[in-house]
Amino acid sequence: MTSLSLAESLRLQRHNEQRRIWMLLALFCVLAASFVMDIATGPSMLGVEEVVNVLLRLVGVPVGVQPTSEVIVISLRLPIALMALIVGGVLGVGGAEMQTLLNNPMASPYTLGMAAAAGFGAALMLYVGSLGLSTEFAVPVGAFVCCMLSAGLLFGLAMMRHITSGQLILAGIALLFLFQSLLSLVQFVSSPELSQQILFWLFGSLTKATWTNVGITASVTLVCMTLLMRDAWKLTALRLGESRAKSLGVNVARLRLKTLVIVALMTATVTSFVGIIGFIGIVAPNIARMLVGEDQRYFLPLSFLVGAFLLSSASVLSKTIVPGALFPIGIVTAIIGVPFFFWMIIGKRTH
Amino acid sequence: MLEVRDLSLAFDDLLLADRLNFQLQAGKIHVIIGPNGTGKSSLLKVLFGDIRPQSGDVLFDGERLDYRQTGHWRQRFGYMPQDIRLDIGLTVLEVVLLGQLDALSLKLRDPLIEAALKALDQVGLLQLAHRDVRTLSGGQCQMVLFAQALIRNPRILMLDEPVSALDLHFQQVLLDHLYQQTHRQHWVSVMVLHDLNLAAQYADNLLVLKGGRLIAQGAPAAILSPELVHEVYGVSAEIAYDQQGVPFIRTPRRGRPGQSVAAPEAQVRAVLAG
Repeated sequence: MTSLSLAESLRLQRHNEQRRIWMLLALFCVLAASFVMDIATGPSMLGVEEVVNVLLRLVGVPVGVQPTSEVIVISLRLPIALMALIVGGVLGVGGAEMQTLLNNPMASPYTLGMAAAAGFGAALMLYVGSLGLSTEFAVPVGAFVCCMLSAGLLFGLAMMRHITSGQLILAGIALLFLFQSLLSLVQFVSSPELSQQILFWLFGSLTKATWTNVGITASVTLVCMTLLMRDAWKLTALRLGESRAKSLGVNVARLRLKTLVIVALMTATVTSFVGIIGFIGIVAPNIARMLVGEDQRYFLPLSFLVGAFLLSSASVLSKTIVPGALFPIGIVTAIIGVPFFFWMIIGKRTH
Repeated sequence: MLEVRDLSLAFDDLLLADRLNFQLQAGKIHVIIGPNGTGKSSLLKVLFGDIRPQSGDVLFDGERLDYRQTGHWRQRFGYMPQDIRLDIGLTVLEVVLLGQLDALSLKLRDPLIEAALKALDQVGLLQLAHRDVRTLSGGQCQMVLFAQALIRNPRILMLDEPVSALDLHFQQVLLDHLYQQTHRQHWVSVMVLHDLNLAAQYADNLLVLKGGRLIAQGAPAAILSPELVHEVYGVSAEIAYDQQGVPFIRTPRRGRPGQSVAAPEAQVRAVLAG
């Protein structure tokens, strides 16, 4: 081992930070590519160049495009592609922060029953006939309310002074089973057509994306991400363990509650619009952790980018596996997520 | 000065502190010893404001610890809990940086990094600065956490069994550094130790706890005796003194009746002087 001076060591640290920034940029480029691909694929295939031109024109660069492709991109494909980025990113970040809070690499908002609760809320709304409101409005609201309700139970627990992360996980898993059973109950008592509708919602689909939905989720995400980034160092400290984080001056109970509320809000928002999309919450943060470590200044944004990339590329796949047919994206993510997951587990052993 | 008044603490029916009273002066190393499970770590947590006692007060320079508002109180502490596992994807430098948590922002300024590197240098770990902490040994982790506590520039430094995983070299590095800094910076240093010999060597003030009571308190040479060791641990020990008058405790191996394993006092002296 060569001997390092303080100055060299400082430079090395700067170099490491730079490397992580390059990693973020690299992922951003990959993401941009899959985003364009996502817009290009569909029943009528568009050229990559055409898509890029439409996007350029949208941001004010004067380039000539065909009016039909402009309509397809802007009114049909762009909201869906953007939704894929936001939802994937939110699921990635939600997983990253749950893993941080609970000190467990297998945690995600799903582990704590948030998705199951949203599913139950949506199913219940469909069952009661949307309470006379429009389905497009009532179902997301039902999902959101139920998701926050189950998260509220966790908030209550998290506020207790001496609750450990292990106890929180157990409580979350109990909630997961509770809401899954309730969901099954609703499906059991529903008519076959209604049951079909519920099942379709549960699959998760981006096709429900509209510019309004995109606007809402983007705003919520922006606010939540800003709040999380402000706590980046505290969250990093939390991963040292609860007693050590306390010793560094972190108010662990407050940080845990605050982060839980933020993650629940983000997760509930995206889940209520697109349904249940599995695995990204677990896989994305684990990939991000491998690439840049757990300094949350990089880990948090990279979890977003990886999650966004995974869902965006899953969206491309869901449209291209069988040309002309659209596979539910929730199914696709699980199918491509599983090999990733295995690779991760096995990779860890050889590490 | 850190002061404890009439402190009582119990978990269910386990009494850990029974109206304890003591004062810990600044610029001195205070070592707490006592049998396993007697509440030494819990006492540190009470001082830190993490466990609320049933009754009694903790004061620092006259200011009372308010258990509902611990933020300000904890700022003066460097606290190194007993657990030394570091299972996180960070480098050694990043873990030490976290010691200055309140000063960290998204863009790290050079002085913060330099301070962390200096702290590592002081404990002889500069070469490990960029290693992933998951590749370190237990003892190396312990030194990293010590550097993290140091960098807080604390007024009160609490170390819970800080040398439990250290080899002789790092034991000496840590304790010597603690000794110098405590006297130079006028810290109140509180340390839980199990090794009575280290306690005797480094403590300015030794606090002997058992069953929630302070059995003895004072300079090690003044209070350590075979009777005390027997009372606290139920072990018969022999005590010798080196040339500086520091007590040296040794417990004979049991199970060989009629055979004394105690070295003659002269031999002990020779070893210590050598």
